[in-house]
Amino acid sequence: MGVTDVGVGAQPGPQYDASTPARRPSRARHALAELSRHPNLAVGSLLAALVVIVAIVGRIAAPYNPLAINAGRALLPPGASHWFGTDEFGRDVFSRVVYGTGIDLLIGLVVAALALVVGSVIGLISGYVGGWIDDIIMRIVDIVMSFPSFLLALSIAVVIGNTVRNVIIAVTIAYIPYILRLTRSSVLTVRGADYVLGARAAGALRSRVMALHVLPNAAGPPLVQATLMSGWAILDVSGLSFLGVGIQPPSPELGVQVAQGASYITSGQWWISVFPGVAIILAVLAFNFLGDYADDKLRGQGS
Amino acid sequence: MISSAGKGRRLSGLQIEGLRVAIGGREVLRGVDVHVEPGSCVGLVGESGSGKSLTALASLGLLPRVARVTAGRVLLGGKETVTPDRDRTAQVRGSGIAMIFQSPRAALNPVLRVGRQVERVLQRKGVRGDLRRRSVELLAAVGLLQPDKVARQYPHELSGGMCQRVMIAMGIACEPQILVADEPTTALDVTVQADILDLIGDLRSRTGMGVLLISHDLGVVAERCGSISVMRHGKIIEAGATRTVMNSPCHPFTAELVRDVMRSAQTADLPARPSPGGPAEASAREAQG
Repeated sequence: MGVTDVGVGAQPGPQYDASTPARRPSRARHALAELSRHPNLAVGSLLAALVVIVAIVGRIAAPYNPLAINAGRALLPPGASHWFGTDEFGRDVFSRVVYGTGIDLLIGLVVAALALVVGSVIGLISGYVGGWIDDIIMRIVDIVMSFPSFLLALSIAVVIGNTVRNVIIAVTIAYIPYILRLTRSSVLTVRGADYVLGARAAGALRSRVMALHVLPNAAGPPLVQATLMSGWAILDVSGLSFLGVGIQPPSPELGVQVAQGASYITSGQWWISVFPGVAIILAVLAFNFLGDYADDKLRGQGS
Repeated sequence: MISSAGKGRRLSGLQIEGLRVAIGGREVLRGVDVHVEPGSCVGLVGESGSGKSLTALASLGLLPRVARVTAGRVLLGGKETVTPDRDRTAQVRGSGIAMIFQSPRAALNPVLRVGRQVERVLQRKGVRGDLRRRSVELLAAVGLLQPDKVARQYPHELSGGMCQRVMIAMGIACEPQILVADEPTTALDVTVQADILDLIGDLRSRTGMGVLLISHDLGVVAERCGSISVMRHGKIIEAGATRTVMNSPCHPFTAELVRDVMRSAQTADLPARPSPGGPAEASAREAQG
């Protein structure tokens, strides 16, 4: 990607004349050019837009109540009145998928945001202050990271009980070390920068230097990581729910639905599991593509 | 600043006395003495790795973690700021002593608008009222045309020379007694170099601050400074009034540097200008202890 960036930068454009201040292309035009140049961004934002619109519009205008049981219409295949069919209780799978997408999307974003905030603040302290504080934090991180993150989240969820809030906490705890480590290493490279020294030479307080000069310049890698993490979180939360230790039925959470439909796949009622499964895939893909794009940009501009 | 240690000797400006700094057991500064009077300009010359920058960083208490002051002290306005067991530089940084760096672009925070960076320094000093206007005034004072436009720009939108002017604006924002300029022009081209040095000289004579000008280029230093200290292997090997050092260098290493300056001045078909005079006599007494 670095190569294409150089190529684009070298193109003689409208701002050829260096003596006049560069006229910035309009935001919309810039966004379009960026989309056409980075397929990751194009596919990622398309998927993300689809998922977000489905989640929001679906919640307002879902054809059925996702929890409404109708025994008379159980296990109907996809058709005109039930686009994705119905499950064994006669609930409309389309409405459930639409609701579930919203639930998983929200949980994914909340987990990533929490992990980002907590992880980057602790990572900042660890990397910038250093010394024994750093040692202690890093040893704790080592311990936490010695468990596979999904297993850790699973054990925490089992211990603290599986409400939505607890599932979020469990997955967040499992993710914090990754953001923390990344922030710390990024801070270590930034802390020696001249502008940090310059701010200190100008008499800035340590907290100011950390918040204003170190963190914003070290935030790139953890932000990319958090983008990717939104996708992983959706996967992990639906995975926990699938195993029965995450969000509980009758919630239309996607993992719950996949689990619920699993026993019907062999008997031919594939739609109960497949549609929520596809929704999970699309949501995770959206964040993966966006994360990859962010990663490319970050590497491209890295010195 | 009130002189707390008046022993008949005038203690003002920046005084570095017998400073020794070690990095992991290896001594990198081996007894450095430098004295910068208010209003004077002292040049610190030496090859890379001779300890010039470390001297500067040590006097601001900005040494890297691995380095430690093992002996000697630094005084600012007669007050001890750095000793082997104490570091009081946090209180004087910015308002007592400020520093500008070699690579101006790297010395500005890339994610903050220039104006905000200057405002932050003012805010720290406790300046009240219209910080924005004050920062624009400062940018104008360092010779930036269209200062209000520059204030709204990010460092990457400015040239190296403009960035260095911004750095200087930040350095002088709190009206320090001493400005340490560590190779302020090395990364800039020659014409810009002269402008920046003129600006520093101009600010020095207007505000009465002392300047410690660090450079590997004896020619640059000789033109601007009243006195010169030459560093090598972590020691000051020669110090004195510019005229004396340039005309009759004692140390063979200095002599070699002086010869190089003369030669390049001749090849450039320019008259060698050993010293423009200035407050040379004021700093002459610090020569060689």
